[in-house]
Amino acid sequence: MCGIVGLFLKDATLEPQLGDMLTDMLITMTDRGPDSAGIAIYGDESKGNARLTVQSNTPNVDFAKLDSDLSERVQGKVSITLKDTHAVITLQADQVASAREILSEIRPDVRVMSHGSTLEIYKEVGLPKNVADRFDVRKMSGTHGIGHTRMATESAVTTMGAHPFNTGIDQCLVHNGSLSNHNSLRRKLRRLGVHIETENDTEVGAAYLTWKMQTGSTLGEALTSSLDDLDGFFTFVVGTKDGFGVVRDPIACKPAVMAETDQYVAFGSEYRALVNLPGIEDAKVWEPEPATVYFWSHNAAPTAQEKAA
Amino acid sequence: MQTFDLEAQGLRALNSTLHAQAANTNQTHWEIVNPKGSHAIAVGLDAPIEINIKGSTGYYCAGMNKQATVNVHGSVGPGTAENMMSGMVVVEGDASQYAGATGHGGTLVIKGNASSRCGISMKGIDIIVHGNIGHMSAFMAQSGNLVVCGDAGEALGDSLYEARIFVRGSVKSLGADCIEKEMRPEHIAILEELLERGGCDAKASEFKRYGSARQLYNFNIDNAY
Repeated sequence: MCGIVGLFLKDATLEPQLGDMLTDMLITMTDRGPDSAGIAIYGDESKGNARLTVQSNTPNVDFAKLDSDLSERVQGKVSITLKDTHAVITLQADQVASAREILSEIRPDVRVMSHGSTLEIYKEVGLPKNVADRFDVRKMSGTHGIGHTRMATESAVTTMGAHPFNTGIDQCLVHNGSLSNHNSLRRKLRRLGVHIETENDTEVGAAYLTWKMQTGSTLGEALTSSLDDLDGFFTFVVGTKDGFGVVRDPIACKPAVMAETDQYVAFGSEYRALVNLPGIEDAKVWEPEPATVYFWSHNAAPTAQEKAA
Repeated sequence: MQTFDLEAQGLRALNSTLHAQAANTNQTHWEIVNPKGSHAIAVGLDAPIEINIKGSTGYYCAGMNKQATVNVHGSVGPGTAENMMSGMVVVEGDASQYAGATGHGGTLVIKGNASSRCGISMKGIDIIVHGNIGHMSAFMAQSGNLVVCGDAGEALGDSLYEARIFVRGSVKSLGADCIEKEMRPEHIAILEELLERGGCDAKASEFKRYGSARQLYNFNIDNAY
């Protein structure tokens, strides 16, 4: 089991409440995943800058003077905001690649949770309520966000096994289910030079989507081909800079409920997660179809594309 | 009428109160408010009482029902009316996966759509769906009737035993050993009664009947020891 929640705002006046609403939804899904929790949130953009959300088990040591150390090496402006075991590093977008190399050299124990212009990912082991409190998620504002509560089945309960997974710049993935061909797919992707850190099945799913998109697929195409190439059970929710998408495997035994009003599109593993959203009584509520890619974007009309069987 | 606020009073109190109702109780009408998608509402009832749930429910609503009538004024989560023995469950909205699974008797009416595995392994229950049903519905169904006024998804009636399936709309595909069968006068009569019981505005003559071809392992006498 696992729990997924997602919220995509159409009404900008709700943006200051995004973190608060998502936190309530996440805590409701504690029964489905008390091991670990994580949240991906899409906030404000600052032109020309990128954000790296990083994590350390010894933040006092690793994050001390990290901004000045990095700034000196990349020869650019670097600022850092600390949040418990995580930190958000803001730097020039064109210096991210070299900064990541330098980071692995000067702070080898620091792990990169996400890379993007608006995306930040926070995840840790523990009850969803405690994880949300540690990172002060309630106070965050944003345009859309995705949360996950984990009950591990395929690999260890660790920070790096928690969701969401960053699949590319400003992209993330959460998963409910279990992939059964992750070992063979991991070997295949590693042979192709894709970096996969853990033995976790979802990380392989995330790496697969990243690889597809790096080799020319759009996100929609990558999700559609995942229906052929991934074996097992999955309900995926993906986030991008301007939208979010949903896809379920053809068997569709992992639950999913969606709700849409003029103000938002919401996703929950169960309807319980949605009951306190504004106007839910009059929302359009439905179960997403199996083997169908749904997508909502701030820049385009919503789509629902059924894969030909 | 008794009113029960599920949010304030809790699930355990609700179900134990309903279980305490004897066959000759005077408290025959119950209204449950603030269900908020909670699981296992009104499960295991065994008294001729009527329950009205004002909102949507989560997993296993009205499971194992005997005698009682449960009306849900909203949509229901997975496993609604699972293993029902008798009585009636009416859902005003949609139903998630495996509604009416393994039901032995009684009637389940879904006024919206039902998703995948509706009536899986049904053993005598009558399920009447006003809308569509999802894939793998009536998988290994053994007895009872499944009526679908809309369309059916993939692999309808896979590995079917003796249940009857009536579909008005299209069937995306039939499962292994499920075939279309002739609609004889006795089937029209059965279906007319079911449509009336389910409050459906549909004519029996518009439906097709599907059932078991009786060719799978258990049906073939040559496979017997």
